[in-house]
Amino acid sequence: MKCLEYPFAGEELLRRKKRIKKELLADGSVRISKKIAILGGSTTNDIRLMLELFLLHYGIAPEFYESEYNQYYEEAMFPGAELLAFAPDVIYIHTSCHNIMAFPQLTDTPEQIEAMLQAEYGRYCGMWEALAQRFGCIVIQNNFEYPAYRLLGSMDASDRHGKVNFVTRLNCLFYDYAGTHENFYIHDINYLSAAYGLERWADSFSWHMYKYCCNVSAIPDFAFSLAKIIKALYGKNKKGYVLDLDNTLWGGIVGDDGPENIEVGQETSMGQVYQAFQAYLKEQKQLGVLLNIDSKNEYENAMAGLEHPGGVLKKDDFIVVKANWEPKDKNLTDIAAELNLLPESLVFVDDNPAERAIVSAQVPGVAAPEIGTVENYIRVLDRCGYFEATGISADDLKRNAMYRENAQRTALQASFADYGAYLRSLLMKAEIRPFAPAWLARIAQLTNKSNQFNLTTKRYSQAEIAAVAADPAYLTLYGKLEDRFGDNGVVSVVIGRQEGDALFLDLWIMSCRVLKRDMECAMMDALAQRAGARGIRTIYGFYYPTAKNKMVRDFYGERGFSKVSQDTAGNTKWELSLAAYRPQNTVIQVEEEI
Amino acid sequence: MTREEVFAGVNEVFRDIFDDEEITVGETTTADDIEDWDSLEHINLIVAIEKKFGMKFTMGEATGMKNVGAMVDIILERV
Repeated sequence: MKCLEYPFAGEELLRRKKRIKKELLADGSVRISKKIAILGGSTTNDIRLMLELFLLHYGIAPEFYESEYNQYYEEAMFPGAELLAFAPDVIYIHTSCHNIMAFPQLTDTPEQIEAMLQAEYGRYCGMWEALAQRFGCIVIQNNFEYPAYRLLGSMDASDRHGKVNFVTRLNCLFYDYAGTHENFYIHDINYLSAAYGLERWADSFSWHMYKYCCNVSAIPDFAFSLAKIIKALYGKNKKGYVLDLDNTLWGGIVGDDGPENIEVGQETSMGQVYQAFQAYLKEQKQLGVLLNIDSKNEYENAMAGLEHPGGVLKKDDFIVVKANWEPKDKNLTDIAAELNLLPESLVFVDDNPAERAIVSAQVPGVAAPEIGTVENYIRVLDRCGYFEATGISADDLKRNAMYRENAQRTALQASFADYGAYLRSLLMKAEIRPFAPAWLARIAQLTNKSNQFNLTTKRYSQAEIAAVAADPAYLTLYGKLEDRFGDNGVVSVVIGRQEGDALFLDLWIMSCRVLKRDMECAMMDALAQRAGARGIRTIYGFYYPTAKNKMVRDFYGERGFSKVSQDTAGNTKWELSLAAYRPQNTVIQVEEEI
Repeated sequence: MTREEVFAGVNEVFRDIFDDEEITVGETTTADDIEDWDSLEHINLIVAIEKKFGMKFTMGEATGMKNVGAMVDIILERV
């Protein structure tokens, strides 16, 4: 919903939240359900209500448990029956500076202050460990904002007696914990409050009247910031940009002004600001964000613009380049198709409001942010949080390279008349094995990100994946695929549950980046072989339709299963007898287990 | 701004906050008259009215207002 996209009118949202919620619930979109327990150190009511709006907007239908006021510690350490029965997917600990038990006094010795710091940290650490052990779910913890006043002025930051100093060091201890623990994430309210303006944030009216740890007017920003982490954890991040060129990546019109006259580089202040924007995009690219071009230009002119010596981005930084006179929405859907992505996973960046309006109207779900003028591009896009990071995997860092390799494969494919010959020319090698510790994070990530090649759309947290891997009743497989152009990493996951001589497939997913490579055949062969070795005679597969997974509607039929049943919702059940199984993969060399 | 205009604006905010087009507040309306008007919604009312009229209540005023009429008195002093 437009009113929930950054930049939003926070006070309007607060005022109209009931109506907005009704409208969101009535918009007919399909959402995943998540249970979120809020353990508060201050009032959480409106934070929950705002968080709900943003999550609904992101395609997540939250169910909430809210602790009693300021009972976060008691609830974490000694959860009541209600919280235990709630079985949260996410526990959010809403604490702030107001919850710090004791700050240093001016007479305290360095040793005393150190002991206070460790005691405060220990209290939190104890909660996180207890929660991890009991619930094994995602924990999101606020760091601390700076205090509302500074007894020592600037020295409050540098002197160990200062509250600013104490908060800073406590935050660092939190970060160290986050850096060494899975399923634990920091919600950075320190940055948020600074960006909002600490003076307005630390509103004594909101605190003393209602015990809100921040200005009530800041709650929409607060909830938005928190919602971004949650949507990122559940695979709702965007995957790439579709960028305009003229007056978006550089100043001027390359076709009219000539490539030598466009503004990008150190020569003018206008050139500098475009250069800074290009540099920002280049940094995002390192994070795995895919860069693409959608520009109304002659192709040669667009390329000449990218050759400008002041530009940071070069032709090779982009995966798909559409520089032509087609409508931009058509180019955008073509780019999505070439990347095997859904159009809604792309962010359209164009300085022209008319183009943004057309693209948002023609391509449902695509983001086309109101970026304003060039000096605002970075701020607006950064705050939008389309690519909020919750972990930096090796896969993220390699993603652009992998998509480029895919583009090379497509080029190679064009030179083969026979698709089989093309597949053999790729010299594909796969590693297909039961879940191993090194891949649990990636496997969990895939279960949350895969929407199209996903038979049951069952999502797993990393803790759940670890539990399945350890349970002898489950047959688990991950598949890694590499070829002459590069390593695709873990791209397919299958989870089956054995009951006697039957195997029930809870999950079968594959990354769309390796569609039509026969990887599913190799996975099927490995599954059949390992199932046979376990004494399984029959494998049952399930297809549950969603708005996005039509491509695998007949997947089990293609693998040789026969349909057993179908209900009115289109859910189908399939059966395969292993007795007559014949291997299906002929093009991928599968490495034997060492 | 007349008292009637302020009332009209206040009424609009009440309707949004409680998502109820039937609400009509008067001089003597209090929290007892509106079912969902609890202390948590009170702060949303305060914030929305401040925004609507471009003014601020002091903490003393926000805690001391007896009814909507008293709220309108304060708004009229400020705008």
